[in-house]
Amino acid sequence: MAKVTMEKWKERIRDPKNECMSRDEMHALQSERLVKQVKNVYENVVFYREKMDAMGLEPGDIKGIEDITKLPFTTKEDLRNNYPFGLLAVPQSKIVRVQGTSGTTGKLTLASYTQKDVDVWSECVARCLTMAGLTEEDRLHVCYGYGLFTGGMGIDLGARKLGCMAIPMSSGNTQRQLMCMEDFGATAFACTPSYALYLAEAAQEAGIIDKLQLKASINGAEPWTEEMRLKIEESFNINTFDIYGLCEITGPGVAMDCIHHKGLHVNEDYFYPEVLDSVDHTPCEDNETGELVFTTLVKEGMPLIRYRTKDLTSIDHSPCACGRTLPRIQKFTGRTDDMKVIRGVNVFPTQVEAVLLNMGGGVAPHYMMIVDRVNNLDVLTVMVEVDEHFFSDQIRELDALRKRIAEALKQALGLSVVVKLVEPKTIQRSEGKAKRVIDNRNLV
Amino acid sequence: MTIKQLSVFLENRAGRLDEVLEVLAANDINIVALSMADTADYGMLRMIVNHPEKGRNVLREAGITAMLTDVVALRVPHATGSLSKAMHQIVEGEVNVEYMYAFANGTDASAVIRCDDPLKVIDILKESGFDVWGEEAYHANEL
Repeated sequence: MAKVTMEKWKERIRDPKNECMSRDEMHALQSERLVKQVKNVYENVVFYREKMDAMGLEPGDIKGIEDITKLPFTTKEDLRNNYPFGLLAVPQSKIVRVQGTSGTTGKLTLASYTQKDVDVWSECVARCLTMAGLTEEDRLHVCYGYGLFTGGMGIDLGARKLGCMAIPMSSGNTQRQLMCMEDFGATAFACTPSYALYLAEAAQEAGIIDKLQLKASINGAEPWTEEMRLKIEESFNINTFDIYGLCEITGPGVAMDCIHHKGLHVNEDYFYPEVLDSVDHTPCEDNETGELVFTTLVKEGMPLIRYRTKDLTSIDHSPCACGRTLPRIQKFTGRTDDMKVIRGVNVFPTQVEAVLLNMGGGVAPHYMMIVDRVNNLDVLTVMVEVDEHFFSDQIRELDALRKRIAEALKQALGLSVVVKLVEPKTIQRSEGKAKRVIDNRNLV
Repeated sequence: MTIKQLSVFLENRAGRLDEVLEVLAANDINIVALSMADTADYGMLRMIVNHPEKGRNVLREAGITAMLTDVVALRVPHATGSLSKAMHQIVEGEVNVEYMYAFANGTDASAVIRCDDPLKVIDILKESGFDVWGEEAYHANEL
Protein backbone atom coordinates (compact mmCIF):
# COMPACT_ATOMS: atom_id res chain seq x y z
CA MET A 1 0.00 0.00 0.00
CA ALA A 2 1.11 3.49 -0.59
CA LYS A 3 0.18 7.09 -0.80
CA VAL A 4 -3.20 7.74 -2.43
CA THR A 5 -3.36 10.63 -4.87
CA MET A 6 -6.06 13.26 -4.57
CA GLU A 7 -7.74 11.93 -7.75
CA LYS A 8 -8.03 8.42 -6.32
CA TRP A 9 -8.92 9.53 -2.78
CA LYS A 10 -12.32 8.45 -1.52
CA GLU A 11 -13.44 10.81 1.23
CA ARG A 12 -15.14 9.15 4.17
CA ILE A 13 -17.12 11.17 6.70
CA ARG A 14 -18.07 9.46 9.94
CA ASP A 15 -20.89 11.76 11.03
CA PRO A 16 -22.13 13.70 8.00
CA LYS A 17 -25.06 15.15 9.94
CA ASN A 18 -22.81 17.03 12.37
CA GLU A 19 -19.66 17.37 10.29
CA CYS A 20 -21.49 18.81 7.27
CA MET A 21 -24.33 20.79 8.83
CA SER A 22 -25.12 24.31 7.67
CA ARG A 23 -23.72 27.29 9.57
CA ASP A 24 -27.23 28.13 10.81
CA GLU A 25 -27.83 24.65 12.15
CA MET A 26 -24.41 24.64 13.83
CA HIS A 27 -25.10 28.05 15.31
CA ALA A 28 -28.35 26.81 16.82
CA LEU A 29 -26.75 23.65 18.19
CA GLN A 30 -23.85 25.56 19.73
CA SER A 31 -26.20 28.17 21.23
CA GLU A 32 -28.34 25.52 22.87
CA ARG A 33 -25.27 23.76 24.26
CA LEU A 34 -23.56 26.93 25.49
CA VAL A 35 -26.62 28.17 27.36
CA LYS A 36 -26.87 24.82 29.11
CA GLN A 37 -23.15 24.66 29.86
CA VAL A 38 -23.00 28.18 31.34
CA LYS A 39 -25.91 27.35 33.64
CA ASN A 40 -24.11 24.14 34.61
CA VAL A 41 -20.79 25.77 35.51
CA TYR A 42 -22.51 28.62 37.37
CA GLU A 43 -24.38 26.15 39.51
CA ASN A 44 -21.65 23.57 40.01
CA VAL A 45 -18.22 25.22 39.83
CA VAL A 46 -17.38 27.77 42.52
CA PHE A 47 -14.58 29.23 40.38
CA TYR A 48 -16.96 30.19 37.56
CA ARG A 49 -19.75 31.36 39.84
CA GLU A 50 -17.37 33.74 41.60
CA LYS A 51 -15.92 35.00 38.32
CA MET A 52 -19.35 35.62 36.82
CA ASP A 53 -20.68 37.22 39.99
CA ALA A 54 -17.69 39.54 40.03
CA MET A 55 -18.52 40.58 36.46
CA GLY A 56 -22.18 40.99 37.30
CA LEU A 57 -23.01 38.24 34.84
CA GLU A 58 -25.87 35.80 35.26
CA PRO A 59 -26.41 32.57 33.34
CA GLY A 60 -29.57 34.14 31.88
CA ASP A 61 -27.45 36.81 30.15
CA ILE A 62 -26.09 34.16 27.83
CA LYS A 63 -28.81 33.56 25.27
CA GLY A 64 -26.80 32.19 22.39
CA ILE A 65 -23.33 31.50 21.07
CA GLU A 66 -22.91 35.16 20.07
CA ASP A 67 -22.95 36.06 23.78
CA ILE A 68 -19.81 34.01 24.41
CA THR A 69 -17.62 37.13 24.38
CA LYS A 70 -19.33 38.26 27.59
CA LEU A 71 -17.95 35.29 29.48
CA PRO A 72 -14.74 35.27 31.50
CA PHE A 73 -11.54 33.57 30.32
CA THR A 74 -9.94 30.54 31.88
CA THR A 75 -6.14 30.32 31.89
CA LYS A 76 -3.58 27.64 32.62
CA GLU A 77 -2.88 29.58 35.82
CA ASP A 78 -6.52 29.08 36.88
CA LEU A 79 -6.12 25.35 36.30
CA ARG A 80 -2.97 25.33 38.40
CA ASN A 81 -4.66 27.25 41.21
CA ASN A 82 -7.50 24.74 41.27
CA TYR A 83 -5.26 21.70 40.93
CA PRO A 84 -6.12 18.88 40.94
CA PHE A 85 -9.91 18.65 41.30
CA GLY A 86 -11.09 22.20 42.03
CA LEU A 87 -12.87 22.70 38.70
CA LEU A 88 -15.02 19.58 38.71
CA ALA A 89 -18.68 20.16 37.85
CA VAL A 90 -19.74 16.68 38.97
CA PRO A 91 -19.19 14.65 42.15
CA GLN A 92 -15.85 12.86 42.07
CA SER A 93 -17.65 9.50 41.91
CA LYS A 94 -18.75 10.36 38.35
CA ILE A 95 -15.13 10.74 37.18
CA VAL A 96 -13.90 7.63 35.37
CA ARG A 97 -10.41 8.77 34.43
CA VAL A 98 -7.87 11.57 34.59
CA GLN A 99 -5.28 12.58 32.03
CA GLY A 100 -2.50 15.11 32.34
CA THR A 101 -0.24 17.32 30.30
CA SER A 102 3.08 16.03 29.15
CA GLY A 103 4.64 19.20 30.57
CA THR A 104 7.97 18.62 32.20
CA THR A 105 8.13 21.64 34.47
CA GLY A 106 6.29 22.10 37.72
CA LYS A 107 2.89 20.65 38.52
CA LEU A 108 1.11 19.02 35.65
CA THR A 109 -2.22 20.13 34.30
CA LEU A 110 -4.84 17.54 35.12
CA ALA A 111 -8.12 16.94 33.32
CA SER A 112 -10.97 14.77 34.64
CA TYR A 113 -13.42 12.85 32.46
CA THR A 114 -16.85 11.32 33.06
CA GLN A 115 -17.86 8.31 31.00
CA LYS A 116 -19.74 10.62 28.64
CA ASP A 117 -16.61 12.79 28.26
CA VAL A 118 -14.63 9.69 27.32
CA ASP A 119 -17.35 8.75 24.80
CA VAL A 120 -17.27 12.20 23.20
CA TRP A 121 -13.47 12.10 23.06
CA SER A 122 -13.56 8.64 21.44
CA GLU A 123 -16.10 9.82 18.89
CA CYS A 124 -14.00 12.88 17.99
CA VAL A 125 -10.87 10.78 17.46
CA ALA A 126 -12.91 8.26 15.43
CA ARG A 127 -14.00 11.15 13.19
CA CYS A 128 -10.34 12.10 12.76
CA LEU A 129 -9.21 8.56 11.95
CA THR A 130 -12.00 8.38 9.36
CA MET A 131 -10.76 11.67 7.94
CA ALA A 132 -7.38 9.93 7.44
CA GLY A 133 -9.17 7.24 5.43
CA LEU A 134 -9.09 4.54 8.11
CA THR A 135 -11.85 1.95 8.49
CA GLU A 136 -12.38 -1.11 10.65
CA GLU A 137 -10.13 -2.97 8.20
CA ASP A 138 -7.09 -0.99 9.32
CA ARG A 139 -4.32 -1.77 11.79
CA LEU A 140 -3.22 1.33 13.68
CA HIS A 141 0.20 1.30 15.32
CA VAL A 142 0.15 3.81 18.18
CA CYS A 143 3.56 5.01 19.33
CA TYR A 144 2.30 7.93 21.34
CA GLY A 145 3.00 7.37 25.01
CA TYR A 146 0.27 5.64 27.01
CA GLY A 147 -0.24 6.98 30.49
CA LEU A 148 -1.26 10.36 31.78
CA PHE A 149 -0.36 11.93 28.43
CA THR A 150 -3.49 12.00 26.27
CA GLY A 151 -1.72 10.95 23.05
CA GLY A 152 -1.66 7.17 23.39
CA MET A 153 -4.97 6.75 25.20
CA GLY A 154 -6.77 9.23 22.95
CA ILE A 155 -5.81 7.56 19.69
CA ASP A 156 -6.53 4.19 21.25
CA LEU A 157 -10.05 5.25 22.26
CA GLY A 158 -10.70 6.49 18.73
CA ALA A 159 -9.47 3.24 17.21
CA ARG A 160 -11.76 1.30 19.55
CA LYS A 161 -14.75 3.46 18.54
CA LEU A 162 -13.94 3.09 14.85
CA GLY A 163 -13.38 -0.63 15.23
CA CYS A 164 -9.95 -0.77 13.68
CA MET A 165 -7.16 -2.77 15.27
CA ALA A 166 -5.10 -0.76 17.75
CA ILE A 167 -1.49 -1.81 18.30
CA PRO A 168 -0.68 -0.13 21.62
CA MET A 169 3.11 0.18 21.31
CA SER A 170 3.48 3.36 23.35
CA SER A 171 6.76 5.24 22.85
CA GLY A 172 10.37 4.10 22.89
CA ASN A 173 12.42 1.17 21.62
CA THR A 174 12.50 2.04 17.95
CA GLN A 175 13.85 -1.32 16.75
CA ARG A 176 10.95 -3.10 18.39
CA GLN A 177 8.51 -0.55 16.99
CA LEU A 178 9.75 -1.34 13.49
CA MET A 179 9.69 -5.08 14.02
CA CYS A 180 6.06 -4.96 15.16
CA MET A 181 5.12 -2.50 12.44
CA GLU A 182 6.41 -4.96 9.86
CA ASP A 183 5.24 -8.20 11.50
CA PHE A 184 1.69 -7.03 12.31
CA GLY A 185 1.29 -5.30 8.97
CA ALA A 186 0.34 -1.92 10.38
CA THR A 187 -1.51 0.16 7.78
CA ALA A 188 -1.24 3.42 9.73
CA PHE A 189 0.67 4.84 12.65
CA ALA A 190 0.33 7.71 15.08
CA CYS A 191 3.11 9.62 16.85
CA THR A 192 4.75 13.05 17.03
CA PRO A 193 6.06 14.34 13.67
CA SER A 194 9.65 14.37 14.90
CA TYR A 195 9.40 10.74 15.91
CA ALA A 196 7.78 9.88 12.56
CA LEU A 197 10.86 11.23 10.81
CA TYR A 198 13.12 9.31 13.13
CA LEU A 199 11.15 6.12 12.44
CA ALA A 200 11.58 6.75 8.71
CA GLU A 201 15.34 7.08 9.11
CA ALA A 202 15.52 3.93 11.20
CA ALA A 203 13.30 1.97 8.77
CA GLN A 204 15.45 3.05 5.86
CA GLU A 205 18.59 2.00 7.70
CA ALA A 206 17.11 -1.37 8.59
CA GLY A 207 16.13 -1.78 4.93
CA ILE A 208 12.49 -2.53 5.73
CA ILE A 209 10.81 0.67 4.64
CA ASP A 210 9.53 -0.94 1.42
CA LYS A 211 8.18 -3.95 3.29
CA LEU A 212 5.86 -1.88 5.46
CA GLN A 213 2.16 -1.84 4.53
CA LEU A 214 1.59 1.70 5.72
CA LYS A 215 -0.78 4.01 3.92
CA ALA A 216 -1.24 6.82 6.42
CA SER A 217 0.20 8.48 9.49
CA ILE A 218 -1.48 10.72 12.02
CA ASN A 219 0.94 13.11 13.65
CA GLY A 220 0.62 15.93 16.12
CA ALA A 221 1.33 17.08 19.68
CA GLU A 222 4.06 19.47 18.59
CA PRO A 223 4.10 22.34 16.11
CA TRP A 224 5.40 21.33 12.70
CA THR A 225 5.53 22.69 9.20
CA GLU A 226 3.90 21.72 5.92
CA GLU A 227 7.43 20.96 4.65
CA MET A 228 7.90 18.46 7.45
CA ARG A 229 4.55 16.86 6.63
CA LEU A 230 5.58 16.43 2.99
CA LYS A 231 8.93 15.01 4.07
CA ILE A 232 7.19 12.34 6.17
CA GLU A 233 4.83 11.56 3.26
CA GLU A 234 7.76 11.19 0.91
CA SER A 235 9.90 9.12 3.29
CA PHE A 236 7.22 6.48 3.84
CA ASN A 237 5.23 7.04 0.63
CA ILE A 238 2.03 7.57 2.64
CA ASN A 239 -0.60 10.21 3.33
CA THR A 240 0.12 12.17 6.47
CA PHE A 241 -2.40 14.05 8.60
CA ASP A 242 -2.07 16.63 11.33
CA ILE A 243 -4.08 16.00 14.50
CA TYR A 244 -4.48 18.60 17.21
CA GLY A 245 -5.68 18.59 20.74
CA LEU A 246 -4.88 19.49 24.29
CA CYS A 247 -5.71 17.62 27.42
CA GLU A 248 -7.48 20.55 29.07
CA ILE A 249 -10.07 20.42 26.28
CA THR A 250 -10.06 16.64 25.72
CA GLY A 251 -6.79 15.46 24.12
CA PRO A 252 -6.08 14.65 20.47
CA GLY A 253 -9.18 14.88 18.33
CA VAL A 254 -10.09 18.50 18.90
CA ALA A 255 -9.12 19.16 15.27
CA MET A 256 -7.55 17.38 12.32
CA ASP A 257 -6.74 18.15 8.70
CA CYS A 258 -8.37 16.33 5.80
CA ILE A 259 -6.73 15.21 2.56
CA HIS A 260 -6.91 18.76 1.20
CA HIS A 261 -4.58 20.00 3.96
CA LYS A 262 -6.11 23.45 4.02
CA GLY A 263 -6.28 23.71 7.80
CA LEU A 264 -7.53 21.48 10.61
CA HIS A 265 -11.28 20.86 10.95
CA VAL A 266 -12.39 21.67 14.50
CA ASN A 267 -15.03 19.43 16.03
CA GLU A 268 -16.88 22.60 16.93
CA ASP A 269 -20.12 20.92 17.91
CA TYR A 270 -18.20 19.88 21.02
CA PHE A 271 -15.38 22.43 21.28
CA TYR A 272 -16.25 25.97 20.31
CA PRO A 273 -13.22 27.79 18.89
CA GLU A 274 -12.56 31.51 19.02
CA VAL A 275 -9.49 33.25 17.62
CA LEU A 276 -8.74 36.41 19.55
CA ASP A 277 -6.36 39.29 19.13
CA SER A 278 -3.41 38.55 21.37
CA VAL A 279 -3.34 42.07 22.76
CA ASP A 280 -6.91 43.23 23.35
CA HIS A 281 -8.62 39.82 23.08
CA THR A 282 -11.26 40.99 20.64
CA PRO A 283 -12.40 38.42 18.04
CA CYS A 284 -10.24 38.18 14.91
CA GLU A 285 -11.76 38.09 11.45
CA ASP A 286 -11.47 34.83 9.48
CA ASN A 287 -7.85 34.24 8.36
CA GLU A 288 -6.47 36.74 10.87
CA THR A 289 -3.93 35.31 13.30
CA GLY A 290 -4.59 35.36 17.01
CA GLU A 291 -4.75 33.19 20.10
CA LEU A 292 -6.96 30.13 19.95
CA VAL A 293 -9.55 29.92 22.75
CA PHE A 294 -11.87 26.97 23.37
CA THR A 295 -15.13 26.46 25.22
CA THR A 296 -16.12 22.86 25.91
CA LEU A 297 -19.81 22.82 25.02
CA VAL A 298 -20.80 19.43 26.41
CA LYS A 299 -18.02 18.47 28.80
CA GLU A 300 -19.31 17.16 32.14
CA GLY A 301 -16.25 16.44 34.30
CA MET A 302 -14.20 19.59 33.96
CA PRO A 303 -15.98 21.98 31.61
CA LEU A 304 -13.91 24.98 30.60
CA ILE A 305 -15.23 28.33 29.45
CA ARG A 306 -13.05 30.32 27.02
CA TYR A 307 -9.85 28.47 27.80
CA ARG A 308 -6.81 30.29 26.45
CA THR A 309 -4.62 27.75 24.67
CA LYS A 310 -1.67 30.08 23.95
CA ASP A 311 -1.62 28.49 20.48
CA LEU A 312 -1.49 30.99 17.63
CA THR A 313 -3.58 30.36 14.53
CA SER A 314 -6.33 31.74 12.32
CA ILE A 315 -9.73 30.29 11.45
CA ASP A 316 -11.60 29.84 8.19
CA HIS A 317 -15.36 29.15 8.24
CA SER A 318 -15.75 28.63 4.47
CA PRO A 319 -16.81 25.10 3.40
CA CYS A 320 -14.01 22.68 2.54
CA ALA A 321 -13.62 20.67 -0.67
CA CYS A 322 -13.90 17.50 1.44
CA GLY A 323 -17.55 18.29 2.14
CA ARG A 324 -17.21 19.19 5.79
CA THR A 325 -18.50 22.49 7.09
CA LEU A 326 -16.49 22.24 10.32
CA PRO A 327 -14.29 25.37 10.31
CA ARG A 328 -10.58 25.01 9.77
CA ILE A 329 -7.83 26.41 11.93
CA GLN A 330 -4.47 26.97 10.29
CA LYS A 331 -1.65 24.57 11.01
CA PHE A 332 0.19 25.86 14.04
CA THR A 333 3.21 28.03 13.60
CA GLY A 334 3.87 27.70 17.28
CA ARG A 335 2.65 28.30 20.75
CA THR A 336 3.17 31.68 22.30
CA ASP A 337 5.20 29.64 24.80
CA ASP A 338 7.62 28.32 22.15
CA MET A 339 8.26 31.69 20.62
CA LYS A 340 11.60 33.20 21.46
CA VAL A 341 12.21 36.91 21.34
CA ILE A 342 15.78 37.26 20.15
CA ARG A 343 17.11 40.77 19.73
CA GLY A 344 13.53 41.91 19.57
CA VAL A 345 12.64 39.51 16.76
CA ASN A 346 10.00 36.83 17.28
CA VAL A 347 11.42 33.45 16.35
CA PHE A 348 9.57 30.14 16.18
CA PRO A 349 11.42 26.82 15.91
CA THR A 350 9.11 25.87 13.02
CA GLN A 351 10.62 28.70 10.95
CA VAL A 352 14.03 27.06 11.25
CA GLU A 353 12.53 23.71 10.34
CA ALA A 354 10.97 25.17 7.18
CA VAL A 355 14.28 26.70 6.10
CA LEU A 356 16.18 23.44 6.55
CA LEU A 357 13.58 21.47 4.62
CA ASN A 358 13.71 24.03 1.82
CA MET A 359 17.49 23.83 1.43
CA GLY A 360 17.07 21.22 -1.28
CA GLY A 361 19.29 18.64 0.38
CA GLY A 362 22.57 18.71 2.22
CA VAL A 363 21.01 18.88 5.65
CA ALA A 364 18.65 16.77 7.69
CA PRO A 365 15.65 18.48 9.30
CA HIS A 366 17.04 17.84 12.75
CA TYR A 367 18.26 20.89 14.56
CA MET A 368 18.78 22.50 17.91
CA MET A 369 18.53 26.19 18.64
CA ILE A 370 20.65 27.67 21.37
CA VAL A 371 20.08 31.20 22.58
CA ASP A 372 22.88 32.87 24.52
CA ARG A 373 23.50 36.34 25.74
CA VAL A 374 27.03 37.49 24.93
CA ASN A 375 28.03 41.01 26.01
CA ASN A 376 24.38 41.93 26.45
CA LEU A 377 23.59 40.80 22.94
CA ASP A 378 21.42 37.81 22.13
CA VAL A 379 23.10 35.25 19.95
CA LEU A 380 21.17 32.50 18.22
CA THR A 381 23.14 29.42 17.31
CA VAL A 382 21.52 26.74 15.21
CA MET A 383 23.12 23.32 15.20
CA VAL A 384 22.36 21.53 11.96
CA GLU A 385 23.03 17.95 10.99
CA VAL A 386 24.77 17.49 7.69
CA ASP A 387 23.19 14.86 5.47
CA GLU A 388 25.39 11.76 5.34
CA HIS A 389 25.29 11.62 1.56
CA PHE A 390 26.40 15.20 1.26
CA PHE A 391 29.44 14.85 3.45
CA SER A 392 32.64 15.99 1.89
CA ASP A 393 36.19 15.96 3.19
CA GLN A 394 36.65 19.38 1.65
CA ILE A 395 36.26 22.14 4.18
CA ARG A 396 35.46 24.53 1.36
CA GLU A 397 32.29 22.64 0.49
CA LEU A 398 31.14 22.26 4.08
CA ASP A 399 31.79 25.92 4.64
CA ALA A 400 29.80 26.88 1.57
CA LEU A 401 26.92 24.79 2.91
CA ARG A 402 27.17 26.48 6.31
CA LYS A 403 27.06 29.89 4.67
CA ARG A 404 24.07 28.96 2.54
CA ILE A 405 22.14 27.83 5.61
CA ALA A 406 23.11 30.95 7.57
CA GLU A 407 22.00 33.16 4.69
CA ALA A 408 18.66 31.32 4.30
CA LEU A 409 18.01 31.55 8.04
CA LYS A 410 18.84 35.24 8.05
CA GLN A 411 16.38 35.80 5.22
CA ALA A 412 13.63 33.85 6.96
CA LEU A 413 14.11 35.09 10.51
CA GLY A 414 15.39 38.59 9.90
CA LEU A 415 18.21 37.87 12.27
CA SER A 416 21.85 36.87 11.95
CA VAL A 417 22.36 33.30 13.01
CA VAL A 418 25.47 31.33 13.88
CA VAL A 419 25.26 27.98 12.11
CA LYS A 420 27.21 25.03 13.43
CA LEU A 421 27.40 21.88 11.36
CA VAL A 422 27.31 18.68 13.35
CA GLU A 423 27.69 15.05 12.42
CA PRO A 424 24.73 13.10 11.07
CA LYS A 425 22.49 11.54 13.71
CA THR A 426 24.10 13.35 16.63
CA ILE A 427 21.21 15.62 17.52
CA GLN A 428 19.09 13.72 19.97
CA ARG A 429 16.01 12.12 18.45
CA SER A 430 12.95 12.42 20.59
CA GLU A 431 10.47 9.68 21.13
CA GLY A 432 7.89 12.12 22.34
CA LYS A 433 7.85 15.83 21.86
CA ALA A 434 11.10 17.14 20.43
CA LYS A 435 13.03 19.70 22.40
CA ARG A 436 14.32 22.21 19.88
CA VAL A 437 15.40 25.21 21.92
CA ILE A 438 17.83 25.76 24.73
CA ASP A 439 17.69 29.26 26.14
CA ASN A 440 20.77 30.05 28.19
CA ARG A 441 19.89 33.68 28.78
CA ASN A 442 19.55 34.64 32.39
CA LEU A 443 17.19 37.53 32.27
CA VAL A 444 16.76 39.59 35.37
CA MET B 1 46.48 5.00 -9.96
CA THR B 2 44.78 6.79 -7.12
CA ILE B 3 44.69 5.55 -3.55
CA LYS B 4 41.97 5.78 -0.93
CA GLN B 5 42.29 8.31 1.83
CA LEU B 6 40.20 7.85 4.97
CA SER B 7 38.60 11.19 5.92
CA VAL B 8 36.87 11.77 9.24
CA PHE B 9 34.69 14.68 10.31
CA LEU B 10 35.52 15.65 13.87
CA GLU B 11 33.14 17.69 15.92
CA ASN B 12 34.89 20.16 18.14
CA ARG B 13 34.50 18.46 21.47
CA ALA B 14 36.78 17.02 24.06
CA GLY B 15 38.04 13.53 23.39
CA ARG B 16 36.65 13.14 19.87
CA LEU B 17 40.04 12.54 18.23
CA ASP B 18 40.92 10.11 20.96
CA GLU B 19 37.71 8.16 20.26
CA VAL B 20 38.50 7.93 16.56
CA LEU B 21 42.06 6.73 17.11
CA GLU B 22 40.91 4.23 19.69
CA VAL B 23 38.40 2.67 17.28
CA LEU B 24 41.09 2.39 14.62
CA ALA B 25 43.60 0.87 17.04
CA ALA B 26 41.11 -1.64 18.39
CA ASN B 27 40.52 -2.84 14.83
CA ASP B 28 44.18 -3.15 13.83
CA ILE B 29 44.09 -0.20 11.48
CA ASN B 30 47.59 1.17 11.09
CA ILE B 31 47.98 4.83 10.18
CA VAL B 32 50.66 5.45 7.56
CA ALA B 33 50.14 9.19 7.21
CA LEU B 34 47.91 11.72 8.87
CA SER B 35 46.92 15.33 8.46
CA MET B 36 44.51 17.37 10.46
CA ALA B 37 42.75 20.53 9.33
CA ASP B 38 40.77 22.57 11.76
CA THR B 39 38.11 25.25 11.55
CA ALA B 40 36.42 27.10 14.40
CA ASP B 41 33.68 24.49 14.61
CA TYR B 42 35.09 21.20 13.49
CA GLY B 43 38.15 19.41 12.30
CA MET B 44 38.87 17.16 9.33
CA LEU B 45 41.17 14.24 9.90
CA ARG B 46 42.70 12.77 6.75
CA MET B 47 44.65 9.56 6.82
CA ILE B 48 46.36 6.96 4.70
CA VAL B 49 45.80 3.66 6.48
CA ASN B 50 46.60 0.03 5.83
CA HIS B 51 42.95 -1.01 5.26
CA PRO B 52 40.90 2.01 4.15
CA GLU B 53 37.57 0.18 3.55
CA LYS B 54 37.74 -1.61 6.87
CA GLY B 55 38.75 1.64 8.56
CA ARG B 56 35.71 3.44 7.21
CA ASN B 57 33.36 0.61 8.14
CA VAL B 58 34.53 0.29 11.74
CA LEU B 59 34.30 4.06 12.23
CA ARG B 60 30.77 4.15 10.80
CA GLU B 61 29.72 1.33 13.04
CA ALA B 62 31.00 3.41 15.94
CA GLY B 63 28.80 6.28 14.81
CA ILE B 64 31.63 8.39 13.42
CA THR B 65 31.26 10.14 10.08
CA ALA B 66 33.96 8.78 7.81
CA MET B 67 34.37 8.59 4.07
CA LEU B 68 36.88 7.49 1.46
CA THR B 69 38.38 9.99 -0.93
CA ASP B 70 40.52 9.34 -4.01
CA VAL B 71 43.90 11.00 -3.71
CA VAL B 72 47.22 10.83 -5.52
CA ALA B 73 50.31 9.80 -3.55
CA LEU B 74 53.31 11.25 -5.33
CA ARG B 75 56.80 9.90 -4.63
CA VAL B 76 59.43 12.56 -4.48
CA PRO B 77 63.12 11.97 -4.03
CA HIS B 78 64.94 13.54 -1.09
CA ALA B 79 66.38 16.24 -3.33
CA THR B 80 65.87 19.94 -3.00
CA GLY B 81 63.42 21.27 -5.56
CA SER B 82 61.80 17.97 -6.51
CA LEU B 83 58.39 18.86 -4.99
CA SER B 84 58.61 22.29 -6.58
CA LYS B 85 59.21 20.70 -9.95
CA ALA B 86 56.26 18.35 -9.54
CA MET B 87 53.95 21.16 -8.48
CA HIS B 88 55.06 23.21 -11.42
CA GLN B 89 53.96 20.45 -13.79
CA ILE B 90 50.57 20.19 -12.06
CA VAL B 91 49.99 23.94 -12.34
CA GLU B 92 51.00 23.85 -16.01
CA GLY B 93 48.38 21.15 -16.52
CA GLU B 94 45.76 23.50 -15.01
CA VAL B 95 44.67 21.14 -12.27
CA ASN B 96 43.47 22.67 -9.03
CA VAL B 97 45.02 21.30 -5.83
CA GLU B 98 42.65 21.31 -2.84
CA TYR B 99 45.14 20.31 -0.21
CA MET B 100 48.34 18.38 0.27
CA TYR B 101 50.32 16.76 3.05
CA ALA B 102 53.46 14.68 3.13
CA PHE B 103 55.06 11.72 4.84
CA ALA B 104 58.56 10.37 4.68
CA ASN B 105 59.59 6.91 3.59
CA GLY B 106 63.05 5.53 4.06
CA THR B 107 64.59 6.47 0.76
CA ASP B 108 62.16 9.06 -0.51
CA ALA B 109 59.15 11.09 0.57
CA SER B 110 55.50 11.04 -0.42
CA ALA B 111 53.11 13.89 -1.00
CA VAL B 112 49.39 13.10 -0.77
CA ILE B 113 47.52 15.34 -3.18
CA ARG B 114 43.79 15.94 -3.32
CA CYS B 115 42.77 17.68 -6.53
CA ASP B 116 39.79 18.02 -8.82
CA ASP B 117 41.19 15.68 -11.48
CA PRO B 118 43.38 12.97 -9.93
CA LEU B 119 43.76 10.87 -13.09
CA LYS B 120 45.05 13.83 -15.05
CA VAL B 121 47.56 14.62 -12.31
CA ILE B 122 48.85 11.07 -12.43
CA ASP B 123 49.35 11.32 -16.20
CA ILE B 124 51.12 14.65 -15.83
CA LEU B 125 53.41 13.36 -13.09
CA LYS B 126 54.28 10.16 -14.88
CA GLU B 127 55.06 12.00 -18.08
CA SER B 128 57.39 14.27 -16.10
CA GLY B 129 59.27 11.27 -14.74
CA PHE B 130 57.67 11.11 -11.29
CA ASP B 131 56.40 7.98 -9.68
CA VAL B 132 53.07 7.62 -7.84
CA TRP B 133 52.18 5.09 -5.18
CA GLY B 134 49.69 2.35 -5.80
CA GLU B 135 48.06 0.38 -3.02
CA GLU B 136 51.51 -0.45 -1.65
CA ALA B 137 51.30 3.01 -0.04
CA TYR B 138 48.92 1.45 2.51
CA HIS B 139 51.83 -0.54 3.80
CA ALA B 140 54.63 2.01 3.42
CA ASN B 141 57.10 2.00 6.31
CA GLU B 142 55.52 -1.17 7.70
CA LEU B 143 57.92 -3.16 9.83
